[in-house]
Amino acid sequence: MNPTSRRRSKLVVNGAAIAIALLWIFPIYWMINVSLQPSGQMRIDGPTVLPFDFTPDAYLGVLNDSSFWTSLTMSLRVSLLSVAVALVSATLAAVALSRFRFRGRTGMVVAVLIIQMIPAEALFISQFRMLSGWGLINTVTGLSLLYVGTVMPFIVWMLKGFVDSVPADLEEAAMIDGCTKVGAFFRVTFPLLGPGLVATGVFGFLVSWNEFTLALVILSSGGRVTLPVWLQSFQEGMTGTDWAGVMAGSALIAIPVLILFSIVQKRMASGLVAGAVKG
Amino acid sequence: MTAQPQVLPGGAGSSPAPPPERRAGSSRTLVRLTPFLLLLLPVGLVALALGYPLWRQVVMSFQEFGLAQQFGQPPEFVWLSNYTAILSDGYFWTVTARSLVFTAACAAATMFVGVGLAVMMQRVTAAVRVLLQVVLVFAWATPVIAAVAIWKLMVDHRHGVVNAVLVTLGLEQFQGFHWLQESTGTFLLVAGTVIVWASTPLVALATFAALTQVDDSVVEAAQLDGAGLLRRLRYIVLPIIKPVLILLAILQVIWDLRVFAQIYSLQQGAGSSRATNLLGTYIYHTGIGGGNYGMASALAMVMLAILVVLTWRYVRLLGKQGDLT
Repeated sequence: MNPTSRRRSKLVVNGAAIAIALLWIFPIYWMINVSLQPSGQMRIDGPTVLPFDFTPDAYLGVLNDSSFWTSLTMSLRVSLLSVAVALVSATLAAVALSRFRFRGRTGMVVAVLIIQMIPAEALFISQFRMLSGWGLINTVTGLSLLYVGTVMPFIVWMLKGFVDSVPADLEEAAMIDGCTKVGAFFRVTFPLLGPGLVATGVFGFLVSWNEFTLALVILSSGGRVTLPVWLQSFQEGMTGTDWAGVMAGSALIAIPVLILFSIVQKRMASGLVAGAVKG
Repeated sequence: MTAQPQVLPGGAGSSPAPPPERRAGSSRTLVRLTPFLLLLLPVGLVALALGYPLWRQVVMSFQEFGLAQQFGQPPEFVWLSNYTAILSDGYFWTVTARSLVFTAACAAATMFVGVGLAVMMQRVTAAVRVLLQVVLVFAWATPVIAAVAIWKLMVDHRHGVVNAVLVTLGLEQFQGFHWLQESTGTFLLVAGTVIVWASTPLVALATFAALTQVDDSVVEAAQLDGAGLLRRLRYIVLPIIKPVLILLAILQVIWDLRVFAQIYSLQQGAGSSRATNLLGTYIYHTGIGGGNYGMASALAMVMLAILVVLTWRYVRLLGKQGDLT
């Protein structure tokens, strides 16, 4: 290739990439566009590219809706409880699988992978009946327990990659200097795991924050639902659909996620890849 | 996305801690027990949240839940009759075939577009790459239920921007076209688009991360030796990124076959769910909707079996490749 045609092909690739980027971001742009329109505008004018009459009305409408705040509280409680419990116990599992060789270890690693294959849809009936037998339907505890089970395999998988990436030699060096095995782990490896724990924790939080299926099944009584279920029923409740309101609700659910996610996505992707290529 | 040093595919040899030899007997027993003590809580929680329900589900799949059970009668064991009823039901096969085709199409499209975008990201200038990455992260992070709401609006028959654009392009037949009610095909096309839009970013970003692990000098040496682009990809790049691609493909198949939220939510805007059910919503409508727990449990078991059959070979392959064991 001569320099001119190389420059031209570079231009073509860049142009195509920008076009794809615009195509991919369009739905999110559209959500924000419609959420800032007066609620009836779409019915009258059809789709318009820019909201010419900017108005926060749709957002104010959602923020003044008490059911939004109830659901937000519910989502926060479920997500925080799930992620706290899952993170602590997954760290224990990751250390066991990464730092020890023991009978059944291989089986455990394979099990971590297999468990992820069990579809929520294949279990939610017995999970529903189990929780209902224990009086935990419509409770934060009940839903959180199921979320802990759901996110645990993936969190263990990711954390194991992060623990693997801290050389065991460092701990051995500390042990020669007189640390116990446990002490060596807490003084040497644990501080280095910080960023990995944050990334993994955010991941677990987001899974619980976004989860829809189990929330729909377990939170069967109207009032106490998480945000995804709230958004679904909000849509159904809108006869003649108030699209501006639905989009404002979607944006309010999505924007915190977008922010959190942008911060940790790099580590999440590498954690996933590390889990894939390391023993 | 910059490469993380710890993800080097070649460096899989994380050495186990050496056996603590110079220890007193009791503390050696303690060390030997440590991994099991560490696993007590996580395994217990998973057993409670997933293991026990799975066991109950197996039992329920052999039981009949009818009207009598709604009034407190214990369910009756009917052994395999739920399974024979399912397997002899034509609708089950329709839904299964629909699910399999849908999964194959979505997973293939996601992998194809995702890997294509990853290769593209390697060749664009840094600014464009960052733009593409930011955009992909946003699509990836959008909560499923919000994504479905957005796409529902975009394909809305009256106010949808998709129809408006198509009509502007001269395709008058899309005036008021109802994507979700027109046919099973158009419904699944919308569902598939939502899924591919949301799941491609993970494939693209992870593949790109893997591609950055490929040593440039090796690729350049091959180029000097006269290897074309395709040969370079086939013999140098592909073997290095293969474990990542296999993992991503397995995850896509798993996630796409068990898809529920998107289908369920889109069904709220469509006509009969019977025409648009995939396995996930079929189980939901049978069990939670219809109260037929036994039948739904058996359906779920069949679905699990399909997943295991579909992915087993690849899980084993991944195990060998990635030094899993």
